[in-house]
Amino acid sequence: MSNIWIICRKELKSYFVSPIAYGLMAFFAIIAGYITYVATAFFIQQSMQGQMMGRSMPMDMNEQIIRPLLMNVSVFGLFMIPMITMRVFAEEKRQGTMELLATSPVTDWEIILGKYLGALMMYGFLLLVVFVQVLILSIWGRPDFKPVLTGFLGVLLQGGCLLAIGTFISTTTRNQIVAGVATFAVCLMLWILDWMSAFNTSSVGQVVSYLSVIQHFDGFAKGVLDTKHVIFYLSFIFFGLFLTGKSLESLRWRS
Amino acid sequence: MGFLGPNGAGKTTTMRVLTCFLPPSDGRAEVAGYNVATQSMEVKRRIGYLPETPPLYPEMEVIEYLEFVGRLKGVPKGDLKRRTEEVAERCQVADVRTKLISKLSKGYRQRVGLAQAIIHNPDVLILDEPTSGLDPKQIIETRNLIKSLAGDHTIILSTHILQEVEAMCERVIIINKGRIAATDTVDNLTTRLRGAEVVKVVVSGAPEAPAAQRKLEQVAGVSRVVAKSSKGSGQAGFEVESLPGRQIRPDLARAVVEAGWNLLELHTEVLSLEEIFLQLTSGDPAAAAVAKDGAQ
Repeated sequence: MSNIWIICRKELKSYFVSPIAYGLMAFFAIIAGYITYVATAFFIQQSMQGQMMGRSMPMDMNEQIIRPLLMNVSVFGLFMIPMITMRVFAEEKRQGTMELLATSPVTDWEIILGKYLGALMMYGFLLLVVFVQVLILSIWGRPDFKPVLTGFLGVLLQGGCLLAIGTFISTTTRNQIVAGVATFAVCLMLWILDWMSAFNTSSVGQVVSYLSVIQHFDGFAKGVLDTKHVIFYLSFIFFGLFLTGKSLESLRWRS
Repeated sequence: MGFLGPNGAGKTTTMRVLTCFLPPSDGRAEVAGYNVATQSMEVKRRIGYLPETPPLYPEMEVIEYLEFVGRLKGVPKGDLKRRTEEVAERCQVADVRTKLISKLSKGYRQRVGLAQAIIHNPDVLILDEPTSGLDPKQIIETRNLIKSLAGDHTIILSTHILQEVEAMCERVIIINKGRIAATDTVDNLTTRLRGAEVVKVVVSGAPEAPAAQRKLEQVAGVSRVVAKSSKGSGQAGFEVESLPGRQIRPDLARAVVEAGWNLLELHTEVLSLEEIFLQLTSGDPAAAAVAKDGAQ
């Protein structure tokens, strides 16, 4: 357990001594701020229109600002995640530090979990930047925080899946760029699988769209915590890390 | 112990097996009594390993890096600070403790790599070509450092540089194409392969060369005398080979002086490790047989 924490801490540190962490956080802050601004502006416009026409439309901050914000953030996560995971193992392999880790008294699983948790925490920091937007909103409005937290949990879980896949892909190459591009391609695939259900309603279409990580996110954004989706995400993460473990094992046989 | 072989002989692979980085595909390996395949954790706790390229994180500071490795290798929390300072001092990297590793010169990096390998005070230290790519001054420094570590750890060192083995190792294993070609102490290996002593003698004031040669052949313990081209002005050179295990230099000198000649030169032609190495790895059957004899 302590070994996992040692590696996790080292990973987090290496994000924050390079520009990656700050670049991603700045980018996320801009994007999240922009989305919040647009959604809020639209929200205000609508509520003023409603007042002028003398109708009181049901206005809901959670539904009209925070939900679109989270939906968008979950999509932007697709673009950020390759940048977080691409270096995880590729860099160690290139630097030869994999040999240090592999000959230290730690197990493969401790290495993988340490690195994965480091990446997950990095993603968590990005989401914290987004959460600031919600806090700002709460100065003027009273959003219901329970669905907000459920939504963030969803974003984190969905990101966790993609991070697990990215970690796996990073073990397969020593070139960061290759790892990044491949991860991005896979993330994109997992996202657009959802579109399948739009025109193909057969069982094949349903199964394919079920595999899309986005499809399972809807519920979370609405504030519904459905164990079905939580289990989907958790098993997805487990599968990704399992592949990572196998890939790491095979590295030893092939090198 | 030195681990010698030409490029591609399997030095690095062997070391990787010993450090549990690669699993052995056949046979078994034990380090400090623990099997690398089944008790890898125990093995890993007892070895320090410096691969050919030191495994450094360029974005870390030296001390930070050593502390990280110390934690990873299971140095107890209370000892960590003290241990880190100790190895930094010992490997002469204390003066760059707060520098980023990416800013260090190659010699310093190598020393940080060594510090990393000994931080948990391992029983066995495995070094893969520790002096490759360094300049002559750094090579000498690194060698001295490794020699100074030899008291506390068993050191296994791989190299393809022969002087290094002669300078640093007590025992040597020569491998070629994945097989052990010879294993013995450096001294034994040299004498065994040579068998007989070869002494070069240059004299002046002697009568004709054939007569002098006969005279030398009569010295006790001499098996063969070969005349070498004389350099004019009455000088004559000979290569005198002894019977196996005989010291013939004192007798040779006396014989020359008693004959009334001037002794200009008398020295043993040392068969260096380099020649042994070439003999062994070029597949010379005679040399290989001698080596094998010794191994058994």
